[in-house]
Amino acid sequence: MKTTPMPQHPPALETRGVNKWFGANHANRDVSLAVPKGTIHGVIGENGAGKSTIMSIVYGYQPADGGSILVDGRPVAVRSPRDALAVGIGMVHQHFMLVDPFTVLENVLLGAEGGVTLAAGMARARAELIRLARDYGLEVDLDRPVGELPVGAQQRVEILKALYRGADILILDEPTGVLTPQETDHLFRILRALREQGKTVVIITHKLREIMELTDNVTVMRRGQVVANVATARTSREQLAELMVGRKVLLRVEKAPATPGPAVLEVAGLRVRDGAGVERVKGVGLTVHAGEIVGIAGVSGNGQSELLEALAGMRPLAGGSVRLRGEELTATPDRFTARGLRALGVGHVPEDRQRVGLVTGFEAQECAILGHHGDPAFNGRLLMDRRALFDRCAAEMDAYDVRPRDPRLPAANFSGGNQQKIVLAREMERNPDLLLVGQPTRGVDIGAIEFIHRRLVALRDQGKAILLVSVELDEIRALSDRILVMFDGRLVGEVAPDEADERRLGLMMAGVAEAA
Amino acid sequence: MAQDAAQGVTGRGFGRPGEVPGWVGFALLPLLNLLAALVLSGLVILVIGENPLDVLALLVTEAVGYPEAIGYTLYYTTSYIFTGLAVAIAFHCGLFNIGGEGQAYLGGLGAGLVGLALTGWPWPVAALGAVALSALFGAVWGAVPGWLQARRGSHIVITTIMFNFIAAAIMTYLLVDVLIRPGSQSPETREFDPGVWLPTMDRALGWFGVAIPASPLNLSFLWALACCALFYLFLWRTRWGYEIRTVGRNERAAVYAGISPARNIILAMAISGALAGFVGVNEIMGVQHRILLNFTGGVGFVGIAVALMGRNHPVGIVLAALLFGVLAQGGGQVSFEYPTVNRELVMVIQGLVILFAGALENLFKPRVEALFRRRAGGTAHG
Repeated sequence: MKTTPMPQHPPALETRGVNKWFGANHANRDVSLAVPKGTIHGVIGENGAGKSTIMSIVYGYQPADGGSILVDGRPVAVRSPRDALAVGIGMVHQHFMLVDPFTVLENVLLGAEGGVTLAAGMARARAELIRLARDYGLEVDLDRPVGELPVGAQQRVEILKALYRGADILILDEPTGVLTPQETDHLFRILRALREQGKTVVIITHKLREIMELTDNVTVMRRGQVVANVATARTSREQLAELMVGRKVLLRVEKAPATPGPAVLEVAGLRVRDGAGVERVKGVGLTVHAGEIVGIAGVSGNGQSELLEALAGMRPLAGGSVRLRGEELTATPDRFTARGLRALGVGHVPEDRQRVGLVTGFEAQECAILGHHGDPAFNGRLLMDRRALFDRCAAEMDAYDVRPRDPRLPAANFSGGNQQKIVLAREMERNPDLLLVGQPTRGVDIGAIEFIHRRLVALRDQGKAILLVSVELDEIRALSDRILVMFDGRLVGEVAPDEADERRLGLMMAGVAEAA
Repeated sequence: MAQDAAQGVTGRGFGRPGEVPGWVGFALLPLLNLLAALVLSGLVILVIGENPLDVLALLVTEAVGYPEAIGYTLYYTTSYIFTGLAVAIAFHCGLFNIGGEGQAYLGGLGAGLVGLALTGWPWPVAALGAVALSALFGAVWGAVPGWLQARRGSHIVITTIMFNFIAAAIMTYLLVDVLIRPGSQSPETREFDPGVWLPTMDRALGWFGVAIPASPLNLSFLWALACCALFYLFLWRTRWGYEIRTVGRNERAAVYAGISPARNIILAMAISGALAGFVGVNEIMGVQHRILLNFTGGVGFVGIAVALMGRNHPVGIVLAALLFGVLAQGGGQVSFEYPTVNRELVMVIQGLVILFAGALENLFKPRVEALFRRRAGGTAHG
């Protein structure tokens, strides 16, 4: 047992020896952490480190397999989110739980209507919300449908919901993933205001910068265990990264200046509609040369995903032309398909590896040939050559350090980083001339991020063309040789990475400023 | 070195102690579910005033107690294997094919037309012809709903149910107005030439000097087992099976991989219909030797339970089909012996097995797994 000096107040929130199993996975192992009252507390760790698990236990989503939770020093039994709210714990999820056609007011009221008729509750809620908005800088238009609000405002609605229900402890799960830098600043101002008013804030994140900027204390988790509880002022990014990963990590990408060759991909006037017929890419033109990484920055949902999928042949084009190595592709529709483009040397690492890049129920070796399953190397006249499959997957697992090194294990049983390495290995080892990469390190451990970034730079240095889409500005800036900013289906500017400071990129991503 | 240390942590601490042995999933849990169904059935039998143990003993004896009974049980099993496989391949493509009944019905029409046409031909020709035409008729009856699903978005559950009714109406029309034996009052065709009948197992084994009692069990049982092997090879060992499984598990990934979901949905439904159609070979060419109304008797629906209980794997499907064969044969005999245990009560028992094995599949799972984890965890710590 650690001995900590007894503070005046008991911790606002404390967990003692919490354990949780998911099947064979020991997701939380004796997790003990204490959040002092009136502080902002960071919980940081790699994917699968158990940080979301411990918070979902605290919020009553799942029962713990042992251990206890204390609020203000008193043990509490939290069996549901309702119980959690009753003891003053509120949560803001990564994916918002809002009803889009309802107004802000109606959303806040949902489940806390307070009476038989709505009208009385509405009036009371309106007064209370106006007070909350004033106190904490949480301004939103109460009468607008939530679906019309920008993402940052939707998040503020979630915070209002929690506060309206009387939350004294606010848990935020990866709150900045969908925000622009400006929206992130706004959120941080709100959280600091909450702290000043005596509220306690717990923020779950994997972004070191946010921890350093915002929190008072930080709990670091690794492999289901708490590996450190430290005051933020007494630590550093490097130290936290090392604690998270368990070894020294290089946070910067080392790369030589690019030496671009001839144009590999030339896109002009590209238009793409989504499944509902809404135009998501509204006339995009860009060029990617051999030996360079072109990064597309943008807040998620501005058409980058559709652009990438269209270029990979997964979506029909509504207009425009695509040339590969100078050859017009859109004129021959049968070649402009996922299968045809792959045959022409286009690799594609999709943004969502779990829902697109892999079949999680398949064995790793089956995933390793997705899209190449018709390749003669894996097929006899009728039956597939399981031996060849196994050998290919085992070789790729060696080269990309995939763990566990078991080609027969279902893909679902690998961690996010290792799943991503399986996808990367499959797409990069086919030696593509053009690699389309979406969110290469989303949900990937710091250690694996370092590895993936090095691989991408190495591929560039071999003279391959790489088009990178990422919502992580740090990643875009670290990897790209040229940065294109996308807003509302259009490219709104190009920036060289050394001129791309966060503020300028942020304004462009928000559609406020054109490139100078 | 740091990596070695990290791996050491993985090996020792991450998940190992909580491992649940594989046999729990595919052996212990199905047995527990079956047991629960039997216990509840026993209670029902108790309530109507019979001794459950006596009834159960009779059911088992009448299903597997003597060679003739085994023949009958395997005859039922044959049809259940076909429809079980049919439902399973559709499942692997993410489709719920409720239309096994109609596909089997039309498969019987295909087999029967061959039987009617090939008078005077040797039986192997008729058998091959019946397999081909029953597969074709069943495949068409599966592929049309598949096409509607793939190209028009009509839900496969709805369309296959409707196709069951359409199949029934077509068969009634054909048997009442077109194919009926002239001068007959009952809606069925004439009997086929005995030379084209699919040999029963007792006759076939007789050629080799092995004598077994007569029963409806016929050579289509061997075809059913062959279909199980082909099913496995096709689905898990060919690129076409790979494509079907990809579409079934993750349609977006299929599109990403350049696999056409529409093509594979139609293909899977065609194969599914063909497999169900083979019921016609067993029933029409092997047993009835004429086309008649309602010869399917619900095998298409039992196939759903068989596939569910057999976890869509051919080995599991054979075992589950055996179980339902036992229930069908033994249950039928029980209703002869005990006037109070009628046909409907036997269906109640079947229903309970389906309920526990299928719908309540996960009833005992969390607790049993937790038990194993605790035990294993305990030994690891102690």
